[in-house]
Amino acid sequence: MKNDVILSVRNMTKTYPGVRALDDVSIDFRRGDVHALVGENGAGKSTLIKVLTGAIQADSGEIELEGTIHSGFTPHEALFDLGMTAIYQEFNLVPDLTVAENVFFGKELTRGPFINMKQMCSDTERILRRLGVTINPRTLVKHLSVAYQQIVEISKAVSQNVKILIMDEPSAPLTTNEVEHMFELVRALKKEGVTVIYISHRLGEAFELSDRITVLRDGKHIRTMDTDRTDRKELISLMVGRELGEAYPEKKYDSEEVLLEVRDLCTEGFLKDISFELHKGEILGFGGLVGTGRTELARAIFGADPIESGEILVEGKKVNIRNTSQAIARGIGLIPEDRKQHGILSEMTVKQNISFSALPNLNIFGVIRGREEERIANEFKGKLSIKTPDLDRKVKNLSGGNQQKVVLSKWLATQCKVLLFDEPTRGIDVGAKQEIYELIKELAEEGRGIVYISSELPELLGMCDRIIVMREGAITGSFKKGEATQDKILDLASGE
Amino acid sequence: MILQRLKVLRQYGIIVVLFVLVIFFAITTNAFLKTENLFNVTRQVAMLGISAVGMSFVIITSGIDLSVGSLMSLSNILCAKLMVEGGVHPVMAVFITLLMACVVGLVNGAFVNLANIPPLITTLGMMTTLRGISYVLCNGYPIWGFSERFRLLGQGYVGPIPIPVIIMILIFMAGWVFLNKTIYGRYVYGIGGNEEASRLSGINVKNMKYMVYILCSFLTGVAGMIMLSRINTGQPKVGTGFELEVITAVVLGGVSIFGGQGRIIGVFIGVLILGVLGNGMIIMNISEYWQQIVRGLVLLAAVGFDNLSSRNLRNT
Repeated sequence: MKNDVILSVRNMTKTYPGVRALDDVSIDFRRGDVHALVGENGAGKSTLIKVLTGAIQADSGEIELEGTIHSGFTPHEALFDLGMTAIYQEFNLVPDLTVAENVFFGKELTRGPFINMKQMCSDTERILRRLGVTINPRTLVKHLSVAYQQIVEISKAVSQNVKILIMDEPSAPLTTNEVEHMFELVRALKKEGVTVIYISHRLGEAFELSDRITVLRDGKHIRTMDTDRTDRKELISLMVGRELGEAYPEKKYDSEEVLLEVRDLCTEGFLKDISFELHKGEILGFGGLVGTGRTELARAIFGADPIESGEILVEGKKVNIRNTSQAIARGIGLIPEDRKQHGILSEMTVKQNISFSALPNLNIFGVIRGREEERIANEFKGKLSIKTPDLDRKVKNLSGGNQQKVVLSKWLATQCKVLLFDEPTRGIDVGAKQEIYELIKELAEEGRGIVYISSELPELLGMCDRIIVMREGAITGSFKKGEATQDKILDLASGE
Repeated sequence: MILQRLKVLRQYGIIVVLFVLVIFFAITTNAFLKTENLFNVTRQVAMLGISAVGMSFVIITSGIDLSVGSLMSLSNILCAKLMVEGGVHPVMAVFITLLMACVVGLVNGAFVNLANIPPLITTLGMMTTLRGISYVLCNGYPIWGFSERFRLLGQGYVGPIPIPVIIMILIFMAGWVFLNKTIYGRYVYGIGGNEEASRLSGINVKNMKYMVYILCSFLTGVAGMIMLSRINTGQPKVGTGFELEVITAVVLGGVSIFGGQGRIIGVFIGVLILGVLGNGMIIMNISEYWQQIVRGLVLLAAVGFDNLSSRNLRNT
């Protein structure tokens, strides 16, 4: 039973102009396994999923599913005939329809010419019960939390009797508790004999959940291993192709000079009496569970959301910030959490993105100083080693890590003294993460003040000089570097 | 290789369309290629072109302005009434009218910014309101009897070149500088591409929106003055359907209706295509009904081609 191969990918190759996205990849997937797929951005994971779900056709190679060899199929065939489907980070749900309608979307149960809502609801209930969840099938999907929406996605796949379920970064939108629950679901599916191909940037999850792990790098299959016969370090070096410690840079800091002070800041119905000081050269971490108000705090300080009461002082002077351009004028910058939606201007060029926030200092009577703009863009391209063939390339064509570097450059170009980083390493591969850690450290050592929001505790512990923990819109405590441990932070964050 | 060619076509495809049309009318008619007629074509599209520059700014921020046709009517009537019934000096009357146009833009911007009404609805409401005001002001009757010198604006020449054409070209040049060379132009593209990212980059999105709606209304006011001078009568029904014509020209010129993309040079060519098409068909004595059919099909063909070629580019 253990060696029962359900799906084999053989000699799969897919080339795009200039890139070999998949290069002679061969992998066997065993029935009922949770098979983790790891690799840096651009390693070929997404291309492989797209081939498996029929979204694109490979140039060469074959797929053997339960003994039948296929050279290619459409998405429709993949789902309905072969029983393979994928759940992406962005869900394919119709928000204004009910749970049951979504689960049976495109294959509605009917009685005569009419939709049999009763049957659909009871069937949905049965599926949900199998997965160990209770949701009213008549709830509109838009009223569900992200975690429940994901469950609806999974139910949709289960209602189709999928044999192979591909999950692309399923934990990314979830909170810690929800991730645990999702793991339970995956285990339940596994028990029913469903093969799960699990893709995640978080290596911890691969270790917790999977039976086997496959590493891809630059479109090539590097190795497939039993999960219990490898460790984190080996995995990282296989992914990156070189030895790389996940070490955080050493940093010195002993300034007493206060750069930013927040006093009794409140926002309507959420943040409660937030007060803290940020010193010159300090990296001040904000820990806590997702949705505890850290992002909202950063946005309020930056003037992106209104403040109800409270004061903000920059270098000892009280400032009144009502919109984002005033924040920048006072030297405060925000690097937002959602890079694609809030960080980059994907249709604009690398150069235009880098200069975008600094334009008020880069013009004469409104006319952009083209040469100066070019010089600055070039400077940051070199300094942050942004990998792009030229500065006039559209940012959407860059990899995630390089996009993040472009966003960082945009803020460095403004000369802001206070930088608020919201999950700066989310969705970025291991190698680029390391570079971003180094860079943030350098920024602090040059005398800036850094607010560092992160949900990854090791990252907070490694990077920050001080950590403030938040829960339900209020500060519950703080630690100096060395005092904090993961357990202490979690205790404060969960209120136990 | 094919990719390269597609890219070139995408950038210059619209010019090819223009050339094909010019050559077609040059061969099939005798009158088309005469210098006099060519100036005629440009003079006919001057008002369209001037308003299209403003509309381009609005559409690139992923907005739209449906009120330009009615605004043209209102500026017509207001200016005529000021001159004829108010006895105001023409220069002063034009000045007041342009100021009124700016206020209309401000109101559009205010509804979009403060009440958060989508631009389509805001300007749809303004379109009806302004047309109504225009009829109320004149009781539905045309107003005429301006001083001779007022005709200069729409009917005068500098050398062989009609004054409206000179104004249009100056406005296109200014529009090009604004969009490509100034920080505000950059913000216009940024807001259309990703409004929230632009806001989080420290751009005052609301101010920029006020600016584009005011610019669009102001330029439409200028077009309205030229129109008034050309027809020499204040007519409440002028500008009916003008908004759709302007949007057609802008979209034909390659400006994405979803915002963030488009070039002012493309818009200029889009305007010329509409002009050549209209003029050529009149010379060929094609009926107004058929002209409409052809115009609609040309729009669909040009934008369809544009989308298909850009999709091919994206897929690689």
